[in-house]
Amino acid sequence: MDGHSTYQPKSAAARWLESRLPVLGLVHSSFIVYPTPRNLNYWWNFGAILTFMLAAQIVTGIVLAMHYTPEATLALNSTEAIMRDVNYGWLLRYLHSNGASLFFFAVYIHIFRGLYYGSYKEPREVLWILGVIILLLMIATAFMGYVLPWGQMSFWAATVITNLFSAIPLVGRAITTWLWGGFAVDNPTLNRFYSLHYLLPFMIAGVVVLHIWALHVPGNGNPTGVPVKSKQDTVPFHPYYTVKDFFGLVVFLVLFAWVVFWIPNFMGHADNYIPANPLKTPAHIVPEWYFLPFYAILRSIPDKLLGVIALFAAIAVLVFVPWLDTSRVRSATYRPLYRQFFWIFVVVAILLGYLGSQPPEGVYVVLSRICTAYYFIHFLIILPVIGLIERPKPLPASITESVLAKVGTPAAAAAKG
Amino acid sequence: MATSDTADHGEPTRRDFLYIATGAVTAVGTALVAWPIVDQMNPDAAALALATIEVDIASVTPGMSLTVKWRGKPVFIRNRTPEEIEAAKAVPLSELKDPVARNENVPATANATDANRAAKDKENWLVMVGICTHLGCVPLGQQGDYGGWFCPCHGSQYDTAGRIRKGPAPENLAIPKYAFISDTVLRIG
Repeated sequence: MDGHSTYQPKSAAARWLESRLPVLGLVHSSFIVYPTPRNLNYWWNFGAILTFMLAAQIVTGIVLAMHYTPEATLALNSTEAIMRDVNYGWLLRYLHSNGASLFFFAVYIHIFRGLYYGSYKEPREVLWILGVIILLLMIATAFMGYVLPWGQMSFWAATVITNLFSAIPLVGRAITTWLWGGFAVDNPTLNRFYSLHYLLPFMIAGVVVLHIWALHVPGNGNPTGVPVKSKQDTVPFHPYYTVKDFFGLVVFLVLFAWVVFWIPNFMGHADNYIPANPLKTPAHIVPEWYFLPFYAILRSIPDKLLGVIALFAAIAVLVFVPWLDTSRVRSATYRPLYRQFFWIFVVVAILLGYLGSQPPEGVYVVLSRICTAYYFIHFLIILPVIGLIERPKPLPASITESVLAKVGTPAAAAAKG
Repeated sequence: MATSDTADHGEPTRRDFLYIATGAVTAVGTALVAWPIVDQMNPDAAALALATIEVDIASVTPGMSLTVKWRGKPVFIRNRTPEEIEAAKAVPLSELKDPVARNENVPATANATDANRAAKDKENWLVMVGICTHLGCVPLGQQGDYGGWFCPCHGSQYDTAGRIRKGPAPENLAIPKYAFISDTVLRIG
């Protein structure tokens, strides 16, 4: 990648700044002339969508913090005051709470994109691992944010999730007491969750900068998985991908707006409008939809410690995917066998989400166990083995060749257009 | 900490000593500064001050339960019926998933017989922290296959002595330190 800036400041002011802090050149080389493969499809939109969602969550979060009170007896009332009294408070809160859902929706598509196209493969392992770190930070942030309204679901989510740490041998109990700041989830817990919920998004933003940095060193992958070989394989990021990303973002925002204005409580739980009661657990506690697959994995194992280990392992296994996948072909487009197993894995992941929402009894338990086993088998056995036995389809010689094979020669394309 | 100085003649130099001493002081100093930042999250003096409560149990007749809040947690105080006591006594220890009493009023190694779970000399009284030992939900009383407690979150079932019988919970319901001040007043903590 010839990422070095060829930026020539035009105005005197720009020249003055550039010679003291070359930030304009950095932006120019990263987001304007940055050479991007010419064949990126719409699955490559989600990086930009996620960046926007992070910014949107931070903006709505900061203004909600101006009205929210992180105190156990006042938190739910201040949340209701936001909904009823604060100007546009209902909109800001619905944007923020549903924004979290849409954020996860986008990040899961982004991850599955990576799994399909082998985005994690050499030389992009660090880029991928930074992504897993972002996912972990997102999970922590979303969980602590869910606790803040201090309704029944908030309180019991905080109780169940912090109790996961009590499974750790010897020091588990001391760790939960330390997390709670007491002998149970209470006001000190709410206070510190608020503090951390405010902090973590900025840490995510920091890791996102590293993520983009690690992306711009090798450059984007692409749907063929064939690396960029010549200048004609790429187009400048602006205007080609600024426009494509913007269009994808607008489509995504239509979905976001539909959720916020038409079904803002669809993904919420009515029990969370009941004030937190430490003496009574709601009959059915389920986490937010984006945690359901992991929740199903936790519940499928009838041993406390092993269940907790499986829950964390389900995320941690992603870190090792670059080394578990033994195939040298990146894109599933050219991997007939992997492509089928990829889609089976997608179905299993969605099925786990469904099972996590069902009561832990009867056939649901059996199915959860099968799916949990398959989840790990996919990463630990199928992924390494297929790479060794699969016979990939022939790869195109270059990105340009694969594009031209689809649309014909430039002359033919021009005649058609 | 090998420097080029030492590579020549093997003897540690004054500079090596300074490196190690500086490094050690920095590590200790960092730990000393970090500790208050970590320890502030532990329960504060006010939380610790709430450690003991007294409960009037005069109105709790056999078959009734009372739930009180102690250290932010629910404590079940149950006046068990004779049938419940018999059912608990009839269970052989070999059937128990957790054979330890988990009762702070008896030795830590005591086994989970009904006598070691119930109040001393008052076997109708059962006093337990009402928190499932799995992931901390509050179990529902007089439900489940064993007529004891049933946790709605992940399906753990406890018998009439609060012992885990089925489901993912690893331990019997915990019994806090308590004492009868009189026949009708119970002190917990």
